[in-house]
Amino acid sequence: MTLFWGNSLFLRTPDSRFAFGLGIGAVCVSSILLLIFLFVTGEALPALKNVGLRRFLFDDAWYPTDESFGLVPMLVSSFVLSVCAILLAGPVGVAAAVYRLYYAPSWIRKPYRWLVLLLAGMPSVVLGLWGLVVLVPLIARIEPPGTSLIAGILVVSLMVAPTVTIMSESALEGVARSSWSGAAALGLSRESTLWNVVLPAARGGIAAGILLAAARAIGETMAVLMVTGNIVQMPDGPFSAVRVLTSNIALEMAYATGDHRAALFISGLALTILVLLLSLTAARIAGLKNNV
Amino acid sequence: MSERWFSVVLLLVVVTGMENPALAADRIAVTGSSTVAPLVAEIGKAFEAQNPEIRVDVQSGGSTRGIIDVRSGLADIGMISRSLSEDENDLIGFELARDGVGLILHLQNEVPALSRRQIVDIFTGKVTDWKDVGGRPGRITVVNKAEGRSTLELFLAYFDLGVRDIAAHVVIGDNQQGIKTVAANPGAIGYVSIGTAEFESGAGTPIRLLGLEGVEAAVENVKDGTYPLARPLTLVIRPAEKERLRGFIEFARSPEMHDIILGQFFVPSHP
Amino acid sequence: MSDSFSSSTERGRPHRIRDALLPVAAHLGALVLCGFAFWVIMDIVWRGAPGLDWSFFIDEPTSAGRGGGIAPILVSTGLIVITAIAAATPLGLAAAIFLVEFMPTGSRFAVWTSLSLDVLAGVPSIVFGLFGSAFFGLWLGMGFSILSGGLTLACMILPLLVRTTEQGLRMVPDDWRRGAAALGLSRFSAVRLVLLPAAGSAVTAGLLLGLGRATAETAALIYTSGYVDRMPSSLFDSGRALSVHIYDLAMNVAGGDENAYASALVLILFLIVVNVAAMSISDFLLRKKVST
Repeated sequence: MTLFWGNSLFLRTPDSRFAFGLGIGAVCVSSILLLIFLFVTGEALPALKNVGLRRFLFDDAWYPTDESFGLVPMLVSSFVLSVCAILLAGPVGVAAAVYRLYYAPSWIRKPYRWLVLLLAGMPSVVLGLWGLVVLVPLIARIEPPGTSLIAGILVVSLMVAPTVTIMSESALEGVARSSWSGAAALGLSRESTLWNVVLPAARGGIAAGILLAAARAIGETMAVLMVTGNIVQMPDGPFSAVRVLTSNIALEMAYATGDHRAALFISGLALTILVLLLSLTAARIAGLKNNV
Repeated sequence: MSERWFSVVLLLVVVTGMENPALAADRIAVTGSSTVAPLVAEIGKAFEAQNPEIRVDVQSGGSTRGIIDVRSGLADIGMISRSLSEDENDLIGFELARDGVGLILHLQNEVPALSRRQIVDIFTGKVTDWKDVGGRPGRITVVNKAEGRSTLELFLAYFDLGVRDIAAHVVIGDNQQGIKTVAANPGAIGYVSIGTAEFESGAGTPIRLLGLEGVEAAVENVKDGTYPLARPLTLVIRPAEKERLRGFIEFARSPEMHDIILGQFFVPSHP
Repeated sequence: MSDSFSSSTERGRPHRIRDALLPVAAHLGALVLCGFAFWVIMDIVWRGAPGLDWSFFIDEPTSAGRGGGIAPILVSTGLIVITAIAAATPLGLAAAIFLVEFMPTGSRFAVWTSLSLDVLAGVPSIVFGLFGSAFFGLWLGMGFSILSGGLTLACMILPLLVRTTEQGLRMVPDDWRRGAAALGLSRFSAVRLVLLPAAGSAVTAGLLLGLGRATAETAALIYTSGYVDRMPSSLFDSGRALSVHIYDLAMNVAGGDENAYASALVLILFLIVVNVAAMSISDFLLRKKVST
């Protein structure tokens, strides 16, 4: 696709200047991550030197003011919460997109899109408040105190589902009309077309949406802070209180000095690596990177 | 055509970047504890009203941020929700107000009082049911503050506990989160700023304050010192800045500011 | 489009089951998302409406925000969001166009940029805040300012913009590129006149998602655009964003709940206004849309 225009005389035609300008933009974008990475690593370095990577993995608990820096329970909590949130938000988000585009009566379509857009713009503190004031007491009736892993999962799913929906809709709408006509000509039902033709064609966009949503889920801070209880422990069921790495940074950063502060940046680094692994896995599974 | 767009954009950038010369005046930058920030922001506004050529910019970010920023010169004044520690003797502190720390229970919890022993047992997990301390049967939910916070340090010091000794069920960050958590759970017990708790229970939030060692947890008792658990809210500056910032510091500690301080549910330090 | 289908095929039972299940799944997913979204928004409206009156939009905050209004905060928020979009859109579009139209899909640069965008999406907002305050605030000397906040937000929404535009461009059939080449269009013109408008809805979707994210962000702004609730006189002033104000009132200020919810309600209105504006601008700019 990109080889169409072949090798024109570079940097001497307007197009080449165009490409050059675009290239600068692209380089800027890709260097932002580099900058952030350098920043976080720089701040985290003292902890690596003074405390050592080993202790972050093998210390038994997290009591940074008492020289204990075990990150594993929080790493696991972050992982579990994000994975479950995506398992919930992914299908629901895609289903909602499918519904709105193909099953919704026409009077519902516009309000529905607005609902999703509004949800997409909800600050995490607002969703967290709702979670704390409305959801947690409900969960507490099943199992006190209510602040728990499942509250976190529900709130985060709610937060990232709009991303999945909006991007899936975009991808589905972009599937060429000719696909639909072709399928109709073959006598396929609407569901068959959706399942066998349209959804696969749109899977690049849908997957991108899910990936972005997953990344957002991993990085979510405020709402999770309010509803998960923030106890550092391995999650042993949906109702146990957990602390994720992001909440930990938010809780302690304001009052941390020296090694403690650097240790918090280590956890930030751990999160970034988690997202990196996630993207690599997703790319491997779907083989999407080179797909059109 | 594109030249026109360009000049429009340039104009916009220039216009929005320009500072109004009438306002480009002396600036006092204050950063630090998010607990103290609302109070100092209000004091700052009052100060600006009296001194129109000065601007007081208050930022939040945590007590530690306050210390770091004052040391680096990024801020003129730091706000911390504690007193200066020994290794912070390169700075001077001025106590602005005091904030009592009281235990709170849910309104439906009728336990009249708890002894020191009982409180320690509850927070260390030895006692897990309200019936063991004179209340109706129900699981106790211990609400504790996150590490590094001065409220936690105060609590631990008073009850002679270490940070690992507490067996908490929920860990919270800010006072308001603590209040909301206890208000949502009839079996919860936590500790927050007394002034805040007084206000909230007066406004109808279903919590109640518990007395400590026989002293009622009330702002009055923090004021006259009879209530044992209180922390100072301190303004911090570099010694070299003492003269320049004297005006603001004295203004903040003056009697005219007492109403504002009380209005934020703290206790003024200076009589 | 979807009425031209028969409702079943001759292929047998499994497909009949699927044909029945798919709409059910779609409806279910949509209902779940819609239900929760509605719940949250209604909760805000119910709690926030009592505190709302005309003066709320015009007055300055008093008594740490418990009284008065939020006029300066609205202005600050608007400026921050506009800065973020203005900075992110050209960069994002440039990067996306570059990746899709000018780079061979397997090239190292494309892979690196793609990966770094995914990872960027997962950096916790509080880390972004700290990075922004160090890079834009300290290093570039902007201090606590709306500009610093806006630029930090721009970094955060870049992945959304690039991904959606990228997906949109990839969905445009190669035939169109061939057609443009056959007509003798330069690549610049092809992109401007044909490809971008064709990907228009995806670009708009990215814009709206970015807007939502920008409005929803809290933690990053506390450290960059700051806490000052005075009416800003320039982009270099510190200004409190709506989400930060809601956070402060709900979590920090005793008795701030009422105005926190009122502010949240205003935020919903703000989102509506801003989304409508974005959609209209998008439609206007991409009106030369070529439809199938």
